[in-house]
Amino acid sequence: MSIERREARQPWILLSPALGAVALLLFVPLMFIVVYSFWLRSATGADTVGFHLDNWQKALSDPFYRYILLNTLKIAAITTLLCALLGYPAAYFIARSKGNKMILLLLLMLPFWISYIIRTMSWINILGASGAVNTALMSLGVISSPIQMLYNEAAVILGLIHFLLPFMVLNVYVSLEGIDTNLEDAATSLGATRWQSFLQVTLPLSLPGLAAGGLLCFVLGAGTYITPLVLGGPRDAMFANLVFEAIITQLNWPLGSALSLLLLAVLGALVAIYNRYLGMAQLAKGLG
Amino acid sequence: MDNSTRYDRLLERYRNGDLNRRTFLGLIGAAGAAYGLQTPFARQARAQSVSQVRFDGWGGVVSEAFRQHAFDPYTAATGINVVDGTFSGGDEYLAQVRSSQEGEYNIAHLSGVFDYARYVNFGLTVELNTANIPNMELVMDALTAAYRRVTPEYLSAVPYNYGTTGLAYNRKYISDEEMKEKGASILIDEAYKGKIGGWSDWRTRIWYGALQTGQDPNAIADMEAVWDAIRSHRDLALKYWGSGAELMSLLAEEEIYVTEGWSGRIAAMQAEGHDIGYYDPPNGFGWQECLFVIKGSPVEACEELLNFMLAPETSIAVAEGQMYPPALDGTKVDLGATIPTLPAYDPTGTLDALTFADPAYWNGNEAEWSETFSRVQRGF
Repeated sequence: MSIERREARQPWILLSPALGAVALLLFVPLMFIVVYSFWLRSATGADTVGFHLDNWQKALSDPFYRYILLNTLKIAAITTLLCALLGYPAAYFIARSKGNKMILLLLLMLPFWISYIIRTMSWINILGASGAVNTALMSLGVISSPIQMLYNEAAVILGLIHFLLPFMVLNVYVSLEGIDTNLEDAATSLGATRWQSFLQVTLPLSLPGLAAGGLLCFVLGAGTYITPLVLGGPRDAMFANLVFEAIITQLNWPLGSALSLLLLAVLGALVAIYNRYLGMAQLAKGLG
Repeated sequence: MDNSTRYDRLLERYRNGDLNRRTFLGLIGAAGAAYGLQTPFARQARAQSVSQVRFDGWGGVVSEAFRQHAFDPYTAATGINVVDGTFSGGDEYLAQVRSSQEGEYNIAHLSGVFDYARYVNFGLTVELNTANIPNMELVMDALTAAYRRVTPEYLSAVPYNYGTTGLAYNRKYISDEEMKEKGASILIDEAYKGKIGGWSDWRTRIWYGALQTGQDPNAIADMEAVWDAIRSHRDLALKYWGSGAELMSLLAEEEIYVTEGWSGRIAAMQAEGHDIGYYDPPNGFGWQECLFVIKGSPVEACEELLNFMLAPETSIAVAEGQMYPPALDGTKVDLGATIPTLPAYDPTGTLDALTFADPAYWNGNEAEWSETFSRVQRGF
């Protein structure tokens, strides 16, 4: 075998364990789900094998699924926007702080040490009728009866922000860290105020990090189902809750498969758009 | 030569330099792959000599009582270990069982006759030899008959306990008289808007919708009226709870004043000193639980374990722990002083006072109703 041919094969040989793992753990199960989505659930609950488009027709044309999907995207968008507004100043503060940067980063990572479900449930003890906020306000005489703060859409968004904010801060921080501070100094030496130098130099240069954080927050937010389950009211649901109900409660795996693939396609399209205009490199930096 | 000796010899050859690192790792990898591939078949082959039985239940005090009074004595007597797992809901558990290999799950503490029927529909049954379970003689006939109506030729489960899903209310805000007067309709009373709860289970929502519209839950004539009642409840409710722990938390924290609740959980709250009332309205939701043996299990070993679990000392200890009456017939067995005080307890052994869900009726409508409820819940 020639050296050229051997060299051409080497990357594939080295990649083969990873490709094998991806194929077995991601691609093959995904194909199972694709196949399942064309089956039907019989009246007794057992699956009817075959090629039927009923689940797809339902998932794509039923206004109920469209409404929940749009609501999911709306909640994810609001959460992403708020994460950006809250996360950027925090990331900027960490990136520009001197000396205690590692401690601040450690504090940022600290919530990941606690289960996401427990973190979500902690809001019940904070915002509940007999939670910390209501108890404090009542003992101060500000209110006479508890304010209802939980079990609505606002509580769901709050829970999602709590979950997703560190992802935004980390991505923006990585982006800010890569900006040469001499550029800001140069701008101010040329007469720009600090605010102008931020708006015209720092912010544009950190946008890829903001976009990567936004993408992560949006995708993770749109795919969650625990938060609306714990903090939402009877009506509050996201698309993943419908997938859960179809598969677990209704035992309708074929419909659940079609719904999960629909969500995957929508979020996949978003990632593809991001990749087309910004590339995945920034996302990899933020996650790394 | 056993496997560990083979690996030791391989390691020794590698350390001695007889094998290079790539060959050594390749052989270890191949051995791992071979083990992974043969395991499912080996499990079948080993099925003849049972070394353990898996039991899945609701966890908490129930598991502790089972461990102390049934599992440990059973292991001491038979040498068979009992591995106990927990689940948070019957639907989730059925999904797990369906996606597992035969024999992976053995005995489950299932809820409702409709669950029994669902397992039958999925072909997950075994045929128990009740002669191997002498304690079945002590069980109420009414409970066993419900399962026999689904599988007349055989049983795949033994009844274990029963209870009701009645109305639970905070006595600080709702009097016993008001509750008796309003009954199930209190859950759609505008006066308690934002202080009403409800279980997210579609069956319970429809059952109470039927009661609120004056219909027989086992023969609903006007389903649209039931959906309207569910919509009214949804708009007045603060939260649909999804577990017993959440139910207790919402009531104890006074987030809600009234909801349906499981009799045992409410009794537990009362025992803890909470001033929570419990009322079973006419045609209130009665249910029974069973110990179901799943297809592929070592049947004889399971039968022996079921007999330990049905023994009066075990049944009574579990019942006192979970506060649901046992399936044992009070006219045949002395159930002690505590059991007769539990909610829903029937001293006659006939269960005539309770209304149970007709499994054929409810399972026949499951596909349509569970999906429609999902829509109604979200504002449709």
